[in-house]
Amino acid sequence: MTAPTGIWDCDIHPYLRSPADLEPWLSQQWIEHQRDYGSLRQTPLVTGSSYHKSQPNAGRRDAYPPEGGAQGSSVSFLRRQLLDAHGIGWGILNPLIASQGVRNLDHSIALCRAINHWQAEVWVDGEPRLRASIVVPYEDPEASAAEIRHWAGDRRFAQVLLLSRTSFLPGNRRYWPIYEAAAEVGIPVGIHAFGNSGWPVSSSGWPSFYMEEMIGHSQSSQAGLTSLVIEGVFERWPDLKLVLVESGFTWAPSLMWRLDKHWKTLKSEVPHLRLAPSEYIRRNVWWTSQPMDEPENRRYLADIFTWLGWDRIMFSSDYPHWDFDDPARVILFPATDEQKHAFFVGNAQGVYGSR
Amino acid sequence: MQIDCDIHPGTPDTAALFPYLPEHWRDISAMRGIADLHSTNYPDMTPLAARADWRPAKGRPGSDAATVAAQCLEPFGSDIGILNPLFPVQSFYSDDLAQAYASALNDWTRGDFLDRDPRFRASIVVSLENIEMAVAEIERCAPDRRFVQVMVLAGTARPLGRRNHWPIYEACVRHDLALAIHAGQEFRNAPTALGWPSYYLEDYVAHAQSFQYQLTSLFCEGVFNRYPTLKVVLLESGWTWVPALLWRIAKYWGGLRFEVPWTDRSPEEVVRDQLRFSLTPVDGPDTDQLRRVIDHLGSDQLILFSTDYPHSQFEGADPFPSTFDPALRSIISGDAPLATYARLGGAP
Amino acid sequence: MARHVVAAAADFPPGTRRMITVNERAVVVFNVKGEYFGLYNKCPHNGGSLAEGVLTGLLQSSSPGDYSYTRQGEIIRCPWHGWEFDIRTGQSFCRAIRAKARPLPVRVEPGSSIVEGPYKAETVEVRVEDDYVVVDA
Repeated sequence: MTAPTGIWDCDIHPYLRSPADLEPWLSQQWIEHQRDYGSLRQTPLVTGSSYHKSQPNAGRRDAYPPEGGAQGSSVSFLRRQLLDAHGIGWGILNPLIASQGVRNLDHSIALCRAINHWQAEVWVDGEPRLRASIVVPYEDPEASAAEIRHWAGDRRFAQVLLLSRTSFLPGNRRYWPIYEAAAEVGIPVGIHAFGNSGWPVSSSGWPSFYMEEMIGHSQSSQAGLTSLVIEGVFERWPDLKLVLVESGFTWAPSLMWRLDKHWKTLKSEVPHLRLAPSEYIRRNVWWTSQPMDEPENRRYLADIFTWLGWDRIMFSSDYPHWDFDDPARVILFPATDEQKHAFFVGNAQGVYGSR
Repeated sequence: MQIDCDIHPGTPDTAALFPYLPEHWRDISAMRGIADLHSTNYPDMTPLAARADWRPAKGRPGSDAATVAAQCLEPFGSDIGILNPLFPVQSFYSDDLAQAYASALNDWTRGDFLDRDPRFRASIVVSLENIEMAVAEIERCAPDRRFVQVMVLAGTARPLGRRNHWPIYEACVRHDLALAIHAGQEFRNAPTALGWPSYYLEDYVAHAQSFQYQLTSLFCEGVFNRYPTLKVVLLESGWTWVPALLWRIAKYWGGLRFEVPWTDRSPEEVVRDQLRFSLTPVDGPDTDQLRRVIDHLGSDQLILFSTDYPHSQFEGADPFPSTFDPALRSIISGDAPLATYARLGGAP
Repeated sequence: MARHVVAAAADFPPGTRRMITVNERAVVVFNVKGEYFGLYNKCPHNGGSLAEGVLTGLLQSSSPGDYSYTRQGEIIRCPWHGWEFDIRTGQSFCRAIRAKARPLPVRVEPGSSIVEGPYKAETVEVRVEDDYVVVDA
């Protein structure tokens, strides 16, 4: 199939050439702190991941910029290898740079602010097809709300970015200032897989393999979405737009069925919910497509799109990561032109609107 | 022939197990006031814990053989019922206390149910706190062929695929026992990978994710490759989530095979060969979509009839979705359970 | 079927790879310990450039915890999704994958048999006794 041009790519990862890239926006204190103590996270290793990736930086091996540096660290090479080569007309940046889950909250606040400046001034100012995400120090929800309000009028930013592995479930009331600020500003909240919650990555402890950690993002995202719905976040902020990024989506119909079924039995416990759980999800939640599952019979994916709604799933490439989806090879089952347009363009336009 | 694969006898309290406990543990229990083990997974009074018409005026539902038979076998026309006790002996941290109570629970099931009604079969309940002791308990119970499987909970201290658990699977294979994984937590970890939810509804919904992690672990660690004759039965797990999980496993397996080079069958093949799921709860709409999920599963042989008695999962006397035709119902009721449980084949 | 010159064998040492275009399609040719292998440069899974993948060995296992690692340098891992293909046959190594990479016959011919084309072959030809690596496609 041929993908439409002018595609909206809802998940692109920019990287630093080196930590010094952030220094223009960090005080001398934090520059020295970063040098001496690094970014203190809830992981055993100072740098890298608890589960070692399958490829360096989890990046495509063909995505190293010719001028050097990690995959995704060059605006010009990203422009050429992703935007031009794949017909991307609009793309949102989701920086996965140690900052949001950093345990020293003042450090986390400083890093997030610097990353936001870096995105806006290096990336968006350098390439008009790109938009930034407001990276917030989510374990300090009040500071996060302040960060959202700080950038509120800046059209270079298209969403607020959280990671999926927060220290508490995302519907927990401690995080409500974030949703309140996003709703007030009228900006979508994207929750991207990854992060380090401090909890084991499964409800039965630590698995052995990176493969299990990757698969497990779909389970932790199910738990996160369940929490947002059941705690009443969408009841309280009915206009809030939530985008689940890189978490999978084929699990969603089953989760919605399960939530509804058991909510019917247990609704006396959650009288604050006025709608069935699936109704909030249909109203407030969207998913990005990558990594697109690959059943033996690809037509089964068409069932999932139909059940979830062709208006809910938005194309994402995850460039420059190794599990990148190519827009020309992502819908490998029959779909109408309208459905493809919604998937590649229209749904994201609707969610991110004029940003 | 119909076999109900998920029935929960209600253990009234610890005193009910006293006749089966060594005197030492009986006295210790009385002295310490260990009067009941009331599971956070199933608080007695939640609407889910017992269907209204099965809830007795006093005490736990289904606490004796005659009641279970009258409420759960006869109205549904079941010929055989497999008892899966949920009295949470897995909550003990001490190896010895856990083992004493697991043994007592198994003997209570035998003495109070299996010996009183020939239609019953049962799970051997083990604590995973000490794997050697769990294997010893399996060895102790296995000669009684009315025990048809070994049962653990879906939320464990370490993922079930990890090799420390394998002596249990060896014992299962040695004795023609299936491995059953039932909804519930040992509470060695939080119910989600993001910590503790605020509501019981979230806890209950999260069981499905616990099963997803465990299935992934069993696949990746090669349990199905090491024990190709082992049958693993997921109980009260739901099953509409299964296809999406298998697709995701297959997706990552393609690029990460180097981590798990022993996996010689696709997740879809493994499930068709070795995994089974109890019918209830039916987490899906009573529409053609559910039939389509069966297509996605790739086989109509994977679901085993269950009522999940006394939990409240459906009304009336028919747990089947209305879109399941007689042929599919027949497979689920009899063919699939008989093909799953080696010990249902011969005389007990 | 035509012959396409890849490089002079002397300029194409073991452990390296060369790109050529055959019938307007990119082909990658590997020299693995003196043996040559060619593949169309498109991963049959999602179209990644196999030329930019790493060559590894064949990892097999008879049971969990057992690792047999053989044929080092003969398995190409796609730089995108990491799918593995045998460069001898194009065969993939995961039952999740039904795809097969497209192998091409690659052989070494005596220098004198190279006849035409604006290839560097002409300049190479002057080096007496040198052989050329060619692709049939």
